[in-house]
Amino acid sequence: MGEHTVRSFDEELQHVDQLIRDMGDLASAMVAGAIRALLSSDQSLAQNVVADDTIMDAKQRDLDNSAITLIAKRQPMAQDLRAVVGAIRMAGDLERIGDLAKNIAKRVGAVGQSATPRNLSHSIDAMAQLVLGQVRGVVDLYVARQAEGLKELRADDQKIDIQYTAVFRELLTYMMEDPRNITACTHLLFCAKNLERIGDHVTNIAENAYFVVTGTQLPLNRPKVDETTATVPA
Amino acid sequence: MNIMTEKSLDDAVNAEMNARSNEIIKMRGDKVTVHYGDKQALFGVDLDVRQNQVTALIGPSGCGKSTFLRCLNRMNDTIDSASVGGKITLDNEDIYDPKIDVVELRARVGMVFQKPNPFPKSIYENVAYGPRIHGLAKNKADLDVIVEKSLQKAALWNEAKDRLNEPGTGLSGGQQQRLCIARAIAVAPEVILMDEPCSALDPIATAKVEELIDELRENYTIVIVTHSMQQAARVSQRTAMFHLGYLVEEGPTDKMFTNPDDKRTQDYITGRFG
Repeated sequence: MGEHTVRSFDEELQHVDQLIRDMGDLASAMVAGAIRALLSSDQSLAQNVVADDTIMDAKQRDLDNSAITLIAKRQPMAQDLRAVVGAIRMAGDLERIGDLAKNIAKRVGAVGQSATPRNLSHSIDAMAQLVLGQVRGVVDLYVARQAEGLKELRADDQKIDIQYTAVFRELLTYMMEDPRNITACTHLLFCAKNLERIGDHVTNIAENAYFVVTGTQLPLNRPKVDETTATVPA
Repeated sequence: MNIMTEKSLDDAVNAEMNARSNEIIKMRGDKVTVHYGDKQALFGVDLDVRQNQVTALIGPSGCGKSTFLRCLNRMNDTIDSASVGGKITLDNEDIYDPKIDVVELRARVGMVFQKPNPFPKSIYENVAYGPRIHGLAKNKADLDVIVEKSLQKAALWNEAKDRLNEPGTGLSGGQQQRLCIARAIAVAPEVILMDEPCSALDPIATAKVEELIDELRENYTIVIVTHSMQQAARVSQRTAMFHLGYLVEEGPTDKMFTNPDDKRTQDYITGRFG
């Protein structure tokens, strides 16, 4: 893409893009940190994640201000307009991912104090790795402007949903086996729910990034493999 | 399967009828070429102007957009060195056909220029002149009605009704431009051509003219040349992008300004040209 006749316009657009990259990297780091803190009951790491959320919020504010000023000053068109509007929306999702990671980190203490069923960490870990892969992937694909990759990544969210259902069932089993597991398992259930929500924000980001790159929207309905809901004919 | 309620059916029928009326091609350019002496200014432009829509022509200076606009009511005839090729139709009638009365054509296809250019006469006379020479009014009462209606349609009546006998040149720039629009409307045109109608106006006068364009669309077909991308995006339903005498791309305005197909359009509207 060529440069703008007005060079400072390019600089302003780059600043917005850089903020999205920074927020994306920070979100990945926060999710990774929260997961490691949870699985290894690492309190100090959990606190770092909580502290990082302040940086995330500040970056989002910076991005909002920059984007609004840019719209007011430049009245961007076509791909520039898509980039700015897309950035505002992606920043919202990245900020929420940060919040959810912080929430996981805050539960580390509560889960650690009680006896966690050891073998449970395996299925949570598997889900967490899926989610982390998605968060990192969506940022990389946005930076590389790869529309096809974004489309595939969005479809991959169903793997997280399937894993979430598995974790949910497993946690229920442990709670029924021994009521002393209930506190830890409930916190873990919230953690799993948070991870699942992070996955949903990643699909939002993928959809926005796809729009920024191509100018067209992905179809509203993601392909789903859920066979339990049968459609009722009218 | 959805069951259509009576209302939604009505809505659907109305929407369909509107859509069809917007599909009517009011004017059509077919391989239009223009030479100014040896210099070729337009290279085979095919462009449809749809009825009751605002078509915006955009492009950098010298791209041929004003030249094309001026072909639509044969304004280029007034330039000796200009020669027009290809075919332009109004309601499927060739406007360059020797049988066509150019004066009548220009009554059907009116024009508003970049700089407001009222006649050095009263506000009333500015509007009454056209209908009078075209014999649209039988008597003074008729003419009064035409003048009032035209000024109302041009959103100038309230400001001008008490000073109809004052010179048109005494109005503010924005009022003068609306007077010129009233003058164009007075001869009951079908198409109104506007060549940068707001470039000499302040933002408030510009907003008034843009509001007016939106209202005029109900009864007229409008073609507007503008250098303001935002204005094209605001007032038009379709946009045509010109570059170096060629039509680069034409399409729905919404699409042209969010996701144009051609790289030159993209570069131009995003400010990356040259």
